[in-house]
Amino acid sequence: MKVRLRDLKPFDLQAADEIIQKDHGLHPDDKYLKPGRIPHIWCAGCGLGVVLTCFIESIRRKGIPVDECAVVSGIGCTGRVAGYLDMDSYHTTHGRAIPFATGLALAKPDLNVTVFSGDGDLFAIGGNHLIHAARRNVNLKVICVNNFNFGMTGGQVAPTTPLEAKTSTTPLGNAEPGFNLPHVAHAAGAIYVARWTTFHPRQLVHSISQAFDKKGFTFIEVIAPCPTGYGRPNKLGAGLDEMRYYREMSEVRNGADPSDVEIRLRGKIVVGTFVDTVRPDFMENYAGMVVARAKAKLKGKEKGRSA
Amino acid sequence: MADKDILSGEHFIHGDAACAEGGIAAGCRFFAGYPITPATEIAERMARRLPEVGGVYIQMEDEIGSMAAILGASWGGVKSMTSTSGPGFSLMMENVGLGMMTETPCVVVNVQRGGPSTGLPTLVGQADVMQARWGSHGDYGCIALAPSSPQECFDLTVQAFNLSEIYRQPVFVMSDEVVGHMTEKVVIPKREELKVVARVSPSQSPRDYLPFETTGRMPAPMAVVGQGYHVHVTGLTHDERGYPDITADVQERNVRHLVDKIRKNADKIIQVDGVGLDDAQVVVVAYGCASRVGRQAVEDLIKRGHKVGLLRLVTLWPFPSNLIRSLAGRVKAFIVPEINYGQMAYEVERTAQGKAETVLMALMGGSIHTPEEIADAAGEYI
Repeated sequence: MKVRLRDLKPFDLQAADEIIQKDHGLHPDDKYLKPGRIPHIWCAGCGLGVVLTCFIESIRRKGIPVDECAVVSGIGCTGRVAGYLDMDSYHTTHGRAIPFATGLALAKPDLNVTVFSGDGDLFAIGGNHLIHAARRNVNLKVICVNNFNFGMTGGQVAPTTPLEAKTSTTPLGNAEPGFNLPHVAHAAGAIYVARWTTFHPRQLVHSISQAFDKKGFTFIEVIAPCPTGYGRPNKLGAGLDEMRYYREMSEVRNGADPSDVEIRLRGKIVVGTFVDTVRPDFMENYAGMVVARAKAKLKGKEKGRSA
Repeated sequence: MADKDILSGEHFIHGDAACAEGGIAAGCRFFAGYPITPATEIAERMARRLPEVGGVYIQMEDEIGSMAAILGASWGGVKSMTSTSGPGFSLMMENVGLGMMTETPCVVVNVQRGGPSTGLPTLVGQADVMQARWGSHGDYGCIALAPSSPQECFDLTVQAFNLSEIYRQPVFVMSDEVVGHMTEKVVIPKREELKVVARVSPSQSPRDYLPFETTGRMPAPMAVVGQGYHVHVTGLTHDERGYPDITADVQERNVRHLVDKIRKNADKIIQVDGVGLDDAQVVVVAYGCASRVGRQAVEDLIKRGHKVGLLRLVTLWPFPSNLIRSLAGRVKAFIVPEINYGQMAYEVERTAQGKAETVLMALMGGSIHTPEEIADAAGEYI
């Protein structure tokens, strides 16, 4: 077979270096960001920058070396978070961030593995993985950025879109009620469940910091404005208007029953830390039972042999 | 516990168990899987054996999660594998693509059954060989090995791990129900006789290290999590640093590298096994369980004084095109017994380029050929 190929343009290390050095280091947070990756791809008014900053702030506050952290994302706007953070970061397939992170966390149990992804990624295509990781209590921190729609593909209905809300695939209003995410996470077995909006950066930093102290499956929902995809069809105004909306409509109720915190179109948004409990994580159970028994069995066999 | 990882000595075990032992002997310490007939015995053996050797077994919620988890574990610095059969293999395909694009070593054992769909869960098939090659979307190089005995299930699983480390990509072991459930003597060699390729870590400084280098014939050493290299691993088209760069130029380099690292090393990877090929007039081309029957047919014909040969494909992919092409110049026909309606036979026909006839002996699944059938088919050309 004859194959005709185009000339390859070789990788220009020097040019890549120049991009990397350009404007990098001007901001105090730059040491947490991959050089040369900013500017980001997110729309004006998007809440993802706030969430990313809060994540960085809690790493700084906890004093955790970035070499001991890893971030795993799925696909979509939030999926791009992994690419900006200067640590080992994994941008996986749609919905599969949690199982990928499960493998990573079980292979290296001392690592702080954070799954940072969107509501569509984690709860639509990835819903099954999320509930099972919560049930197993895999040592993962899940930050779910909820903007009530599939942003990157152009604002389609998501499993979090409230009843009656308009999206590009529900132009006449959504006929399905959305998931109450904290309720799902809690019911599946998460040991820590919180919800904040991007209007609550301090509380969010505190919650993420708390999650760093927990060993097990922790879940934080962050309500983020999406003026392009969700705000526009639902007449919520620009990014700033959505932030004002969060200021007026959110109500802090720490310890609220997760079954009680459903979000309705133009309804109240209950925020706070809803669940904070303790139970052995997957590795603790695995090492304590399965591995311990395997060792005991082997020892017994050896003893039997020598006798 | 260290002596439990390589069970040197003779064993009377089935092919599935041998696959599991091959994995453990090759250094696999993470297995994620989902039960499916006829591959379940691999998972069951792993569940019992991995805790003994300091590894982790996890039964995931589905095959999609299993494939994602073994990729994650591999980036966690641990050799990992999963096992499945047809429908599960289909579910894994998207993340197989992620493994190819992110150049992640791992091993997938597919104990093939009859398909499509649920098909014949408990009966044999060989109809996933093209899925192994082209199953995920996009272009990538593929390495797939086909064991034909429990011994080979062990040996080829070890080799699959070695190849996956060398070429940094998922490698398939395309077993089948007959081989998986067949119990025979398996010799597990002594530790010092077993060739195991260890994972290479980069030696450069993080500044100079290019985790997805495309200029060499081989992929760059792999910096796993926690080594301080802060590698960004993405399924998006990425440059040599791993940064997403969605342009035609970068795609050209990236994809060509994924294909070329296998294509350019094909001669090193390809393994075949031959009987009487030197003066054969007809060659039986077979793999997996069908090659055992093929061997019987060929040996019977040789005993009767006929010039017949057997070409057994140990690697299905890369395909030994050059060998088939050179044989095609001097044999009359290739007889291809396989348990599908023509998958590898097309590959044989394509590479024979009309210089020899290709005869597909197709079975749809659930049964194997008889030596007499194959001998009859070969007999028409001698």
